[in-house]
Amino acid sequence: MTIDVHQLDDGAWISVNDTREVNVGDLWWLARHDFCPCEMADFLAEGLVEVGVDPPAIEARIAGQCIACGASGVTDWLTIGRMSDGDFHSVVPESIHIPRRRTRLARPE
Amino acid sequence: MPSKVEGWKDEIYGEEIREHLFEFAEEGWEAIPDDEHDAWFERFKWWGLYHQRNGQESYFMMRIGTPNGVLKPGQLEVVGEIADEYARGPVHNPEFEGAYCDWTTRQSIQLHWIRIEDVPDIFEKLEENGMSTIQACGDSWRNIVGCPVAGKDKHEHVDAWPVAEELHEEFKGNDAYSNMPRKWKVSVTGCDEGCGQGDINDLAFEPAEKEIDGEETMGFNVRVGGGLSRKEPRFARDIDVFCTPEDASEVSAGMSALFRDHGNRDDRFNARIKFLVDEWGTEKIRETLQEEYIDYELPSAGEDRREDYTYNAGRQDEHGDHVGVHEQPDGNYYVGLNVMVGRMGADDTLELADLADEYGSGEVRLTQRQNIIVTDVPEADLDAFLDEPLLADYSPDPHAFMRGSIACTGTEFCSLSIVETKNRQVRYARWLKGNVELPAGIEDFHVHLSGCTASCAQPQIADISLRGMKTRKDGEPVEAFDIGLGGGLGEDPHFADWIAMRVAADEVPGYIANVLDAYEAQAADDESFREFIAARDEDELDALADPKETDYEDPYMHNTKMTWYPYAEDDDMDDRPTPARADGTPISADD
Repeated sequence: MTIDVHQLDDGAWISVNDTREVNVGDLWWLARHDFCPCEMADFLAEGLVEVGVDPPAIEARIAGQCIACGASGVTDWLTIGRMSDGDFHSVVPESIHIPRRRTRLARPE
Repeated sequence: MPSKVEGWKDEIYGEEIREHLFEFAEEGWEAIPDDEHDAWFERFKWWGLYHQRNGQESYFMMRIGTPNGVLKPGQLEVVGEIADEYARGPVHNPEFEGAYCDWTTRQSIQLHWIRIEDVPDIFEKLEENGMSTIQACGDSWRNIVGCPVAGKDKHEHVDAWPVAEELHEEFKGNDAYSNMPRKWKVSVTGCDEGCGQGDINDLAFEPAEKEIDGEETMGFNVRVGGGLSRKEPRFARDIDVFCTPEDASEVSAGMSALFRDHGNRDDRFNARIKFLVDEWGTEKIRETLQEEYIDYELPSAGEDRREDYTYNAGRQDEHGDHVGVHEQPDGNYYVGLNVMVGRMGADDTLELADLADEYGSGEVRLTQRQNIIVTDVPEADLDAFLDEPLLADYSPDPHAFMRGSIACTGTEFCSLSIVETKNRQVRYARWLKGNVELPAGIEDFHVHLSGCTASCAQPQIADISLRGMKTRKDGEPVEAFDIGLGGGLGEDPHFADWIAMRVAADEVPGYIANVLDAYEAQAADDESFREFIAARDEDELDALADPKETDYEDPYMHNTKMTWYPYAEDDDMDDRPTPARADGTPISADD
């Protein structure tokens, strides 16, 4: 089954099959990351830069900053949700996430 | 590889979107296929319609482009009537109530809670009265900005209003330039005070003079590649080109064609021409413009007027934001009225339209400071106009904190914003007015509040720049701001230096109070706030002031983005009455 996934409105949100699923403005806890020196980055999503797929996971690289230390930049790939029976189930941003370096790119936005 | 948006644009874009839009309007919101929402909403922008944020499905923001901010006699009344009839949502805003107009930093008008079913009627009414939403958003020529009193200003070097009007006529609805890689923002200014804000536009025409064929010729110098968004602010760069008012259209066509053909269509984040200017440099931009797009030999730049620029230059001896009573060259007066955060209720808009008709010519103009100007008031009628009760709320002589307040749309409607903006800035200004004594001599002091890095409130060119952020307070996430100091335009424009980061929203007024205390205590005689900031290094600025809790109360500290509407009594996303049919009836998932 084809999944239509992309970011829109200057990276304000990610659309999965024409439904707005992930927005900027959330705080994400990042563990085992090299985004900043913090053991756990308290990361504010300011822009959704790139989307990718690693079935069943949908992944994204997100621009923003750690509100604990102020480091600013773009994360490695974060799982933002998973497809199951054709439906998208988003992760909970305020739970703990582990970025990883590679994923398969969705069509660039 | 071209982006997905480019693919949608290749299929349908520009004028042809209108017929589809009208078909959907006829059949209703539910006629838009679920799996085509993203494509259509992206396209609708070209006709000035922006789907509101998550939780407000089926409602749109509508932007009306008014070139140079000029609303001709009768047009303000039409805008007020449209707002009153169509721009009403399911819940009132506690500061601005049920229907309102937003005057924007690009001299345009924004209405909210617009239903697609109403669009044909609104378009008909706008177009009957010489207005349009065409290309107000989307990847095309946006509203042309400039000195808002062009043609009616004593400081004018060239009357830029006919030029702005010509460009508007030429490039709105022009197929050759209807599909750009990204937005295209143009400023045309003829006044010698710099109030067209050309420095932060993609293409800027600024007043200049040059000897051509032995004659001193008035015209413009051309700058390219300014903009504030994405933490990548740039001032427009001088490409060493002079052009006469007669040639402005050809140069505009050439520059926008260059951007159309060479701009980045693969990556929308790096598509604005500021990045092409970064990559190519100004010499290559000029060479390409000359060789590929212009049929005559471009003159080198003329003598500019930048040393005279006083607009937003941090001085107090300027006419600055056009607020106040000012004489026009014809002996009549224009009266600039302060509109807090650019938002005016529909009733007030209609009343002002009547007053403009009664006392002036009926024309009004919008400024890049979100204010409104009534023009052509005879001297004999000035006192009576100034005594009108409406002017108590929209003052021509406001307190500096009210006068300098600018805010973008924010989480009330916008997908990108991190924080609530307009209502908060109103509360900030009121608190500052009541609790902070401005240092002697300061009448013009700017606090620009932007909800995110898109910078629609132009925070980087304010005395105090506020950019939406989050922080934790007692472990809980709260809305916050990064705070910058000392930005401005003028002869030597300067972006604000970001000094206090992640300040909880309820500690921002205390921080501003402390900064002003430090300024008053430490500034040398006649040292402007901007000079005071520029004279200090990063460590000194860090030590200048601390955030502080005060008796200011902020009702929007929680994550307003997670609500369906921040001011609703039941604001949880699950309580949203959207999407809705044309009559406002919510459409449930089972329908």
